[in-house]
Amino acid sequence: MITYLEAIRLAQEKALSEDPRVFLYGQDVGNFGGAFKATKSLSKQFPGRVFDAPLSEDAIIGMAVGAAIEGMRPIVEMQFADFSTCGFNQIVNHAATLYYRTGVPCPIVVRLPSGGTSGGGPFHSQSMEALYAHYPGLVVMTPATVEDAYGMLLDAVALDDPVIFCEHKFLYYHLKADGLPETVLPVGKARLARAGRDATIVTHGAMLHEALAAAVELSEDGYEMEIVDLRTVKPLDTDTILASVARTGRLLCVSEEWPWGGVAAEVIARVTGEGFGLLDVAPMRLNAKDTPVPYHPDLWSVHRPTANAIADATRRLLHI
Amino acid sequence: MPTQKVDAPVTSSDFIKAYRVMLLARVLEEKLASLYRAGAIKGGVFLGRGQEALSVSVGFSLRKGDIFAPLIRDQAGRMAFGDTVLDTLRTYLGSQLGPMRGRDGNIHRGRPREGYYAMISHLGAMIPAVSGALLARRMKGESGIVGATCIGDGGTSTGAFHEGLNAAAVEKLPLVLVVANNQYAYSTPNSRQFACADLVDKAAGYGVAGHSVDGTDLEQCLATLRRAVRAARDGQGPQLVVGKLLRLVGHGEHDDASYVDPAMKASALGRDCLLLAEARIIAEKWSPADECAKWRQQAEEEVNATVDKVRREPAPDPEEDDWAAFSNQDFAEHYAGV
Repeated sequence: MITYLEAIRLAQEKALSEDPRVFLYGQDVGNFGGAFKATKSLSKQFPGRVFDAPLSEDAIIGMAVGAAIEGMRPIVEMQFADFSTCGFNQIVNHAATLYYRTGVPCPIVVRLPSGGTSGGGPFHSQSMEALYAHYPGLVVMTPATVEDAYGMLLDAVALDDPVIFCEHKFLYYHLKADGLPETVLPVGKARLARAGRDATIVTHGAMLHEALAAAVELSEDGYEMEIVDLRTVKPLDTDTILASVARTGRLLCVSEEWPWGGVAAEVIARVTGEGFGLLDVAPMRLNAKDTPVPYHPDLWSVHRPTANAIADATRRLLHI
Repeated sequence: MPTQKVDAPVTSSDFIKAYRVMLLARVLEEKLASLYRAGAIKGGVFLGRGQEALSVSVGFSLRKGDIFAPLIRDQAGRMAFGDTVLDTLRTYLGSQLGPMRGRDGNIHRGRPREGYYAMISHLGAMIPAVSGALLARRMKGESGIVGATCIGDGGTSTGAFHEGLNAAAVEKLPLVLVVANNQYAYSTPNSRQFACADLVDKAAGYGVAGHSVDGTDLEQCLATLRRAVRAARDGQGPQLVVGKLLRLVGHGEHDDASYVDPAMKASALGRDCLLLAEARIIAEKWSPADECAKWRQQAEEEVNATVDKVRREPAPDPEEDDWAAFSNQDFAEHYAGV
């Protein structure tokens, strides 16, 4: 069995072995193998191509940008997504603008170990996909399965545009698959994770699994949820979402990030703008609470959407 | 002790060549100022008057294949590295034919494919970018490459300066970081910017070599940059060069710089490096005064002819722009309802 985390390590191994332009740079990614061991043994396998950076997020991203201009394909690791704010300037003002301004693409991959885990607290739990999706020029990936963690990371390396790769820490160890795919759906294509008829749940990342669990619970009551896994939040696959809403007439967007200006808000804006007539009732969203992510597990498990919360929200959406 | 290499002395021919680039930059910037006052330039104009000697020495000391990420007051250095009057004017005047195609303006220009990086406004950001480029060159097996970038006294206070220089030092990259200490960051004097005695003192803290130079003296600037670039090229790691001078214009052309201390203007710092260089050429009899006047006239003719040409060029057409921030055209999204 291969875990989500191992899939990320294997994707990097494959990228390093197949493309001499690829290198890995980040804090503790060298001999130590990364804070989560996502780069374990890679520095030994690929001498001189996997190395430690100083504790300098701004310099790490900035150096990746310069290396990309010179034709390399750097993969940089932020130890936690939360710390990418210290490299924010280089991501949003340099990497994201380079192609538009100069015509030179910026093929960097910034790996963000994202999202909450029990006990993570305010600074090791954040979901930053909406923040980066807000800026033009950044592809934002949010793999929710082992297969996508592997296949999408390889896609990310192959893309000429900068990619913010939001890998979910909650899925690192317990999400497992029998094998790894040769290919996955194209970048920017959402996946129908569950077919249904009564309502559409649009989600991504770790929330996919909460939504799937909620769907099982609702199924026992005779309601069949259709679930769309966005896979990439930018570009956003509006067509797949609209097609699902056309089948169900009801929409619930579930996202672990904060509500204001989030992915759920964007999906609802698209659906109401482009598919208002498809909706039987007002769309709903379920996000994390609008506070910093709390440390205590009892608080945290209520702060973020859970299967129970999703099932409750869906019942309201279905008026039951 | 490793044997010290002796750098080739600055010859009169080097001096004159660098002077003529400074002169062209000065003449071009004078024209930019008048175009700005006439309302012909949209956005700001940021000039390098008083900083040409230091700046030109950076560009002059680099060679083809090197990397250069200039900052806002580096017109002279840019031109010494290969930028042209044409590209400069196309960018300032918003010609569709320029390298930035109206998508970015004024000093935010470059040709990254040619090693000439286009700065972003956020100070210090180009330091790690050039460092990463040097890392890439090293990984590709290229040696003997130097990357240079410039910053001001204000920029040394940023986190990016610290992170970039430190990371470059750790990797022992061939980076030349040139600080033009022009005494003011916009209106903020050195006394409110840093508390060390001299910015070059910071070099020791990063474990890199430091060089101080009188930024008004072209010969000193050329010799110092030649030494620093050679040291970087020889594998001696990052070189921090600090030139002391005075910005002889406002922060931008909108700024009358009334905050500049008159005593500083009257001091040696306030001397005009271009006039000093010209006086030196005449005093040393490297060229007569009328020759210098002829060079200025030639520069003016080139600048004026290029302005006439660029002003007839098309502006970017909003209908024609693809409005694509992604290089992958499939990723373009269409937002309905607008």
